Amino acid sequence: MTEQLLTVDNLRVSFHTRAGENQAVRSVSFRVGAGDTLGIVGESGSGKSVTAKAIMDLIAAPGEVLGGEIRFRGESLRGLPQKKWRQLRGNRIAMVFQDPMTSLNPVKTIGYQIAEVLRRHKGLGKEAALKESVNMLRKVGINEPERRVHQYPHEFSGGMRQRVMIAMALSCDPELLIADEPTTALDVTIQAQLLDLLTQLKQQSDTAIVLITHDLGVVAKVCTRVVVMYAGMVMEEGTVEDIFYRTGHPYTQGLLRSLPQRGGANRERLVPIEGSPPDLIDPEPGCPFRERCPYAFEKCGELPPMLETEGDGHRSLCWLLEGGKRTLAQALEERGEAAR
Amino acid sequence: MSDILMNDAISSKGAASGAKNDVLVDVRNLKKHFTKGTDIWGRSKDVLKAVDGVSFQIRRGETFGLVGESGSGKSTVGRCLIRLYDYTAGEVLFDGTDISKLGDKQLKPYRRRIQTIFQDPYSSLNPGMNVLDLIGEPMNIHGLHKSGEERKESVGALLERVGLKREHMYRYAHEFSGGQRQRISIARALSVRPDFVVCDEPISALDVSVQAQVINMLEDLQAEFGLTYLFIAHDLSMVRHISDRIGVMYGGRLVEVADSDELYENPLHPYTKALLSSIPIPDPRAARTSSPLIYDPRGAAAGGDQELKEVSPGHYVAGY
Repeated sequence: MTEQLLTVDNLRVSFHTRAGENQAVRSVSFRVGAGDTLGIVGESGSGKSVTAKAIMDLIAAPGEVLGGEIRFRGESLRGLPQKKWRQLRGNRIAMVFQDPMTSLNPVKTIGYQIAEVLRRHKGLGKEAALKESVNMLRKVGINEPERRVHQYPHEFSGGMRQRVMIAMALSCDPELLIADEPTTALDVTIQAQLLDLLTQLKQQSDTAIVLITHDLGVVAKVCTRVVVMYAGMVMEEGTVEDIFYRTGHPYTQGLLRSLPQRGGANRERLVPIEGSPPDLIDPEPGCPFRERCPYAFEKCGELPPMLETEGDGHRSLCWLLEGGKRTLAQALEERGEAAR
Repeated sequence: MSDILMNDAISSKGAASGAKNDVLVDVRNLKKHFTKGTDIWGRSKDVLKAVDGVSFQIRRGETFGLVGESGSGKSTVGRCLIRLYDYTAGEVLFDGTDISKLGDKQLKPYRRRIQTIFQDPYSSLNPGMNVLDLIGEPMNIHGLHKSGEERKESVGALLERVGLKREHMYRYAHEFSGGQRQRISIARALSVRPDFVVCDEPISALDVSVQAQVINMLEDLQAEFGLTYLFIAHDLSMVRHISDRIGVMYGGRLVEVADSDELYENPLHPYTKALLSSIPIPDPRAARTSSPLIYDPRGAAAGGDQELKEVSPGHYVAGY
C-alpha cells in the first residue's frame, strides 16, 4: 500500500447559473499515491477540469464547492487560509493548463517568469534564480536555453511554451503536478514529444501526476491509474490495464469501442455511444449513463454504489457488477447477454 | 425522401463541360501566399507561403483525407477549393471547369455544388437565426424552392435525415449540443444537393462519444447521395477510418499521397513516418512499447527534389 498523497472524497461542486444550479461535480472520490500517474478521463462537461480546479482551490463565483473532503498528505485543503495556499500552490502542488498561449505573461521574458517562481518559493536571489531557469529549460528539452531565457513568449512556438509551463511547474520540485489537457492544443508530433518528456521527468523525480485528458491514447501511454468520469461522477477507476483490458463500466466500454480499430479492418463501421450526455441542471436520479446505456434495466433508476470489479482496486459504478468481483464482459455473459 | 434531397438532373445541371470522367476535383500546382505586411509604399515585405505548389486529384465518390500539423496549409487548401480565397497561382478544375478564373456570377452554380462543413459548430452557425433559416438560407440563395411550404418540408426531411427532429426547426443554435450543431451544419451543407463537400476538421470540436456518431452519419450520407469528400483533420486514426486516399502535408506542400491502408502500413516519407509514429494508441501494451520518431526538416530539405514521384501504383512521395 503506497502512501496516499492526495485523497478526494465525495467532492461536490456546483455553478449557480441563471438557468439553475449546474451540478458539475456530484460526488467524486479518488486517491493519488506518491509517484502515481493518475489519468482523469472524460468528455467536456464531465467535471474533470472542475475537479482539478477544486483541488487547487481555484473555483470562483458563480461556482461553489458544496461539500466533500480534499486531503493532501493527510492535511485538509478545504478552508485552508489563502496565506497557506500561496505556500502550497506552485510549490508543492503545481498545475499546467491546456492553453500555453494564455497562461504566460506576454510582456515578461520567459526567464523572468520561471525565476519568479523560484524566487518566491525557494527564496533564491535574482542571479541564482535565472541560472536555475536556464537549467530547467534545458531539462525540458529547449535548445540554447542561455539565449532563449531572455526571449518573450511570442518568440516561442506552442509546444515550446507548453515546455516552459512544465519547466515552471516543475521548478520547485512539486510533490503533485496537475496537468489539465496539457497536450490538447498541440500537434500530434509535439504531443508525442511532450508525453515522452513527462514520462522521462517522471522517472527522474517522484512527482505524482494527475493528468486530465479526453484522449484514451494519451492515457494508455503515460498513466498508471485511471479515473473515468461522466456527468460529474466517477464511473470507473482502476489501473490502466484494468480499464483497457478488464473494463467494468458500459460507458468505458462505449468509449473504447467508439474509436476506430487499428490494423487492417479499418473499414468496419464505428460503434458510437448513441445520444448525448445529460443536462446537469436538476439531473434525474439514478445512474447518469442509463439513458445511453445499451444494458440498462429497471434497477438503473437507482444510483449504484462503486462495485468491486476484477482487478486490484478496480471499481465501477454499475449494477451489472453486483454480486461478485468480475468484469463487464463476464457479468454480461452470466446474464446471457452479448456485448452490444 | 431522397428525391427531395438530391436528384441527378439538378446536380449535373451546373456542370459546364458535362464531361463524365472519374476525377471530380483536379488541383494543379496550387499556390496561396499571404502577405504578412506591407511597407509604406504598399509593397509586400513578408510573404507567407501557406500553400506552395500542391497537386492532387479527388475521384468522384471517394473521400480524400488531408492531414498535417497546424500551419501545414491543409485548411488553406480546403478554403481554396471552395474559393473562399483567390489563388496566387495554379488552378482547380471542378468537374472539368477551371473555377479559379470564374467571376462571382459564373461561380454561383459551383457554389451550390461545392459545400463545406467547418470545424467549430459554435461559431459557424448564426446565433440570430433559427434552424429553419439556417438550413433554408442556402436553398433561398440558390432558388431551389418556389414556396416557403416546400422549403419547410425539405428542411424537415433534412433534419430527420441527420438525426434531429422536425420540431427543432424553430429553435436556435445555442439550444443544441456540439454534436447536434454539427448535424445542423451538415444539413445546411446538404440542403443544396452538393456533389462535393469540404469537411474541415468536422469532428475535432466534438466529444469522443459523439465523434463516431457524426462519422457514421457522414459515411451514410456519402453512400446515399454519392457525395465526394475532402476530409481535413489532424486526428490520424479517424482519417484512416474514413478516407480512401490520404495526402500528407508539410510546410505548404504535399509530401506523400497514397491509399489510406498503404500509407499507414508502408509510409515512405520521413515526415509521414514521424506523424504516424506519434499517434497515441489507445492500448497500454502497444502504447508503451512504441516510441515516436522525430522529423528533422533540415535533413529532408537537403534531399533537393520536392516533386511528388510515383514509387508504386497510386503511392506518391516527395523527394524520395
